[in-house]
Amino acid sequence: MSAMQLSPAAVEEVGVADAGASEGLWLDVWKRFTRNPIALSGFYVVCFLAFMALFADFLANDKPYYLQYRGKTYFPIYRSYLVGAKLAQWQAELLNVDFKKLDGTKIFPPIPYRPSTINLLEPLEPPSAKHWFGTDKLGRDVMAGMIHGSRISLSIGFVAVGIAVVIGVVLGAIAGYFGSWVDLVISRLFEVMLSIPTFFLLITVAALLPPSIFLTMTIIGMTGWVGIARFTRNEFLRIRTQDYVTSAIALGVTDRKVMFKHILPNALAPVIVSVVLGIAGAILVESSLSFLGIGVPAELVTWGSILHEASTTTFAWWLAVFPGFAIFITVLAYYLVGEGLREVLDPRLRGLR
Amino acid sequence: MTGYLIQRVLLMIPTFIGITLIGFFIMRLAPGDPAELRASGGLGAAAGGGISTEKRGAVDEAMAQWRAQYGLDKPLYVQYAIWMKNLATLSFGESFKDNQSVWTKITERVPVTVKLNLWSILVVYLVAIPLGIYSATHANSLGDKVTTLAAFVLFAVPLVWAATMAIVFICGGDFYYLFPPGGLESLDFSENWSIWKKFKDHAWHLFLPVVLLSYDGFAGLSRYMRASMLEVLRQDYVQVARAKGLQETIVILKHVLRNSLIPQVTLLASILPGLIGGSVIIETVFSIPGLGQLGFESVLARDYPTVLALFTVSAVLTLIGILLSDLLLAAVDPRIVFGRRQQ
Repeated sequence: MSAMQLSPAAVEEVGVADAGASEGLWLDVWKRFTRNPIALSGFYVVCFLAFMALFADFLANDKPYYLQYRGKTYFPIYRSYLVGAKLAQWQAELLNVDFKKLDGTKIFPPIPYRPSTINLLEPLEPPSAKHWFGTDKLGRDVMAGMIHGSRISLSIGFVAVGIAVVIGVVLGAIAGYFGSWVDLVISRLFEVMLSIPTFFLLITVAALLPPSIFLTMTIIGMTGWVGIARFTRNEFLRIRTQDYVTSAIALGVTDRKVMFKHILPNALAPVIVSVVLGIAGAILVESSLSFLGIGVPAELVTWGSILHEASTTTFAWWLAVFPGFAIFITVLAYYLVGEGLREVLDPRLRGLR
Repeated sequence: MTGYLIQRVLLMIPTFIGITLIGFFIMRLAPGDPAELRASGGLGAAAGGGISTEKRGAVDEAMAQWRAQYGLDKPLYVQYAIWMKNLATLSFGESFKDNQSVWTKITERVPVTVKLNLWSILVVYLVAIPLGIYSATHANSLGDKVTTLAAFVLFAVPLVWAATMAIVFICGGDFYYLFPPGGLESLDFSENWSIWKKFKDHAWHLFLPVVLLSYDGFAGLSRYMRASMLEVLRQDYVQVARAKGLQETIVILKHVLRNSLIPQVTLLASILPGLIGGSVIIETVFSIPGLGQLGFESVLARDYPTVLALFTVSAVLTLIGILLSDLLLAAVDPRIVFGRRQQ
């Protein structure tokens, strides 16, 4: 909401004081948020997960960081990024080799496996020093699968909830701003979405489409916008009647500008809370889908798919405990952040708790 | 009141049409031809594997015949119109999978799911209301903080995790055999058992599914209950009741409880869709032959008529739930004006 994003003309319209005040608000929100240790701990967990997702290749990989082989020095993990970006090719001597069998000085990541590394000699190993969280039916390291699986929970936040926010905010804004019959029609749409058995719709669509995690996220986003839309609509209905909006309309500011430059910044608070809670919801839904084995390609390891294996395999408690706990902690962390934000953003709630 | 009822029902018509449109077109526009799928299961199993052109022709012919039989060769809007017409007479057609009547398949399984969900709703309210009362009357005490935290944490527990942990740890998987891993009755169940024995067997099988289906409901609802109790406790008439010397228990259980229960009743509508979704997971994990399991199996088999019918039936049930709770709210709270139904 900083003045930086607005064109000079827009700054004049919004008013310099207004832009300054809104910047102060977010700083104030952050300051008060950090005073709540529980919410802050949730925030740290989210940061930790983001870190894990970002650096998954450096935490769990079957390639070493550093390799000294036949007098030459290699950095295979970094190289794999270049190869992925088509900027370089593997050195001929490293093509399709098992790095663990090469002799020479090697420095491996803490988890020296990829989630897809199959080792049929070590199926269903219980947790040990070698495999911290054990292995699955195909001998794949569970810890490696979980580290790389954190990418999915992070990208759900961007993809699914991103789509939900765009649909929800636009529809909610239109319904709340124009009111009357527009509101009536869009509210019917909300009612349709609320009465639809969403989870059933999700498994239907996800099962019909080719398995792809991004498609699944898109569908989750397209069915999960109702909460955000209703919050936006209610806020717009409330703010619509305020004097500054009336005067903006009287001055001849276009509807679109009134909606998105004047009303939306003031309607953001409850929307942000529902977005954070929406991320938690989307993660839960995704884990349920991959638990049912729907919408996820068979070779992709997700937290939910490890849980699925746990429910069909006997004598492998580690498959149930760790990935489920990861989902639980992630969801809890987003809930804590959402609740913390709600408390600092909604002055009406202050003193209630 | 009658006017309100008529308005609500009239507004449900476009909603219902919207639901059927979404359901129908998503099912039909998604890639994957049911005829192709059916063929690949039976006669066409070898179709991809280089059979002669004549045989391929026979497969195609059978598929075309089958498409015609189920009306899949007509334009989409015609299919929709036919389907809507049949819907009006509650004929959902025949399952693609086994040619059984979809309506029979559904009605066969309704009792199981209804039993599961009614018990769950009962547990939700039986746990949430006392918890909420306790939290509100002991607001900000240690007990209140512990219940608040517990409810919050419980709310974040993924159902799939809870179910898997139950299967692995206490359903005879690897550790303890406290509860059966699936089904609704023991293998040696017989009609000759005494009523008590039958009841015990059912309770033993239903216990875990019901607990798993209800825990996030009671965790959430107990928070709402607490908030609405606190709101009522602040009202003047509560002060009056106390001032005229009524016992605190009577003030709470009679004067406060009644008014704070009103919003809880309407929350039933919001937990219904969650229960339907949860039924899919729980019935699949515990192999309970209910609607959720039927839905999941039909989705995997692309049994369009069954999936569509289940979709419509559960949407209608939810619509009725919303309508009932709205009417209930309007009946007890005269402030409710048409068009202002917000949480």
